[in-house]
Amino acid sequence: MTGDKSGAERRVTVEVLRYRPEQDAHPHIQSYDIPYTEGMSVLQALQYLKDHVDGTLSYRWSCRMAICGSCGMMIDGAPELACQTILRADNVGPLRIEPLKHFPIERDLVVTMSGFISKLESIVPFIIPKTPRTPAEGEYLQTPAQLARFENFSDCINCMLCYAACPQFGENPDFLGPGVFALLQRYNGDSRDAGQERRMELVNSENGAWSCTAVGYCSEVCPKHVDPANAVNQNKTNSALDFFLRFLPRRSAGGT
Amino acid sequence: MRQSYQRPIDPHWWAKSPYLGYTLREATGIAVAAYALVLLAGVICLATGENAYRGWLGFLASRWSLALHATILIGMLFHVWTWFAIMPKTMPRLVIGGRYVEPRLITATGIAIASLASLLLLLIVIRVSQ
Repeated sequence: MTGDKSGAERRVTVEVLRYRPEQDAHPHIQSYDIPYTEGMSVLQALQYLKDHVDGTLSYRWSCRMAICGSCGMMIDGAPELACQTILRADNVGPLRIEPLKHFPIERDLVVTMSGFISKLESIVPFIIPKTPRTPAEGEYLQTPAQLARFENFSDCINCMLCYAACPQFGENPDFLGPGVFALLQRYNGDSRDAGQERRMELVNSENGAWSCTAVGYCSEVCPKHVDPANAVNQNKTNSALDFFLRFLPRRSAGGT
Repeated sequence: MRQSYQRPIDPHWWAKSPYLGYTLREATGIAVAAYALVLLAGVICLATGENAYRGWLGFLASRWSLALHATILIGMLFHVWTWFAIMPKTMPRLVIGGRYVEPRLITATGIAIASLASLLLLLIVIRVSQ
């Protein structure tokens, strides 16, 4: 594939779902025609739009290298990071850009994240050690095998593409959802953590693991290969164990 | 001004890409249950007596039954394939020798074992019926 240097400028049509609450009752599509350059990302197309065509367009972005998780949006119907999606010269028809599905639209391509953030807070996303150590006692040790049990779950960048992929979250916005479950398992699966009991109430709840029907699309769209579907479904096993194990007598000496 | 807009979910999402594969995986579970019922009917007929059992064998040889079995087989093959494809996501992380086992390997192993078991069963049935 060679760049078109002969003079004739290549152009691409970009359709963006616009919603400005102060003037729009409903979101609507706005079409733009912009110059195309070889290897251009969807984010670059949006930046060109905002800088040269329409300064009123709103979208989130930051790092341009698929690590901040800000620029997730629906690109031709699929949840993707705009910075990581390259425009192809052989694209037929216009490129369609919409805000992430299933979330309320705040403005244009910006969605409301507050629901996700409060779910994230609810799972106490930090290590809760069984017996806290002082710095003088040294670090918490972990073997590579123990690390392998949860390592990929810690790669989550909170981009929420998995939520846009999840029809169960679309049906029930209170479902804890794939991304938060990946982080929950990142801590529950960590050998240094003893907070599982505190998180089980959420796992067992109506909006917990059992809301998942194992569609699996969340793992397919994850740009970091976190496999959130695995995190949710492991917790169905944990939830079932939690249910049956309470019929067994407690081992701890202090318990009743 | 803050006035967020919640778009409604498409009520037919399950019938469209990329969810259609999932819907078919779940729906073909019915094929598995249907075949279990066919076998169960056979066991009940066997327990009832010779005439009932012959009646069941007669049904198996009918054109309706062959069509039913062909449909069930197609559904079952799809179900087996997609079931093993989702299996690594439904089980705890497998760590062998300190290393995380790739999901693809789990799927491939499952399909290989299912294929070998089916082949073995087919060979036994051919052998016995000769």
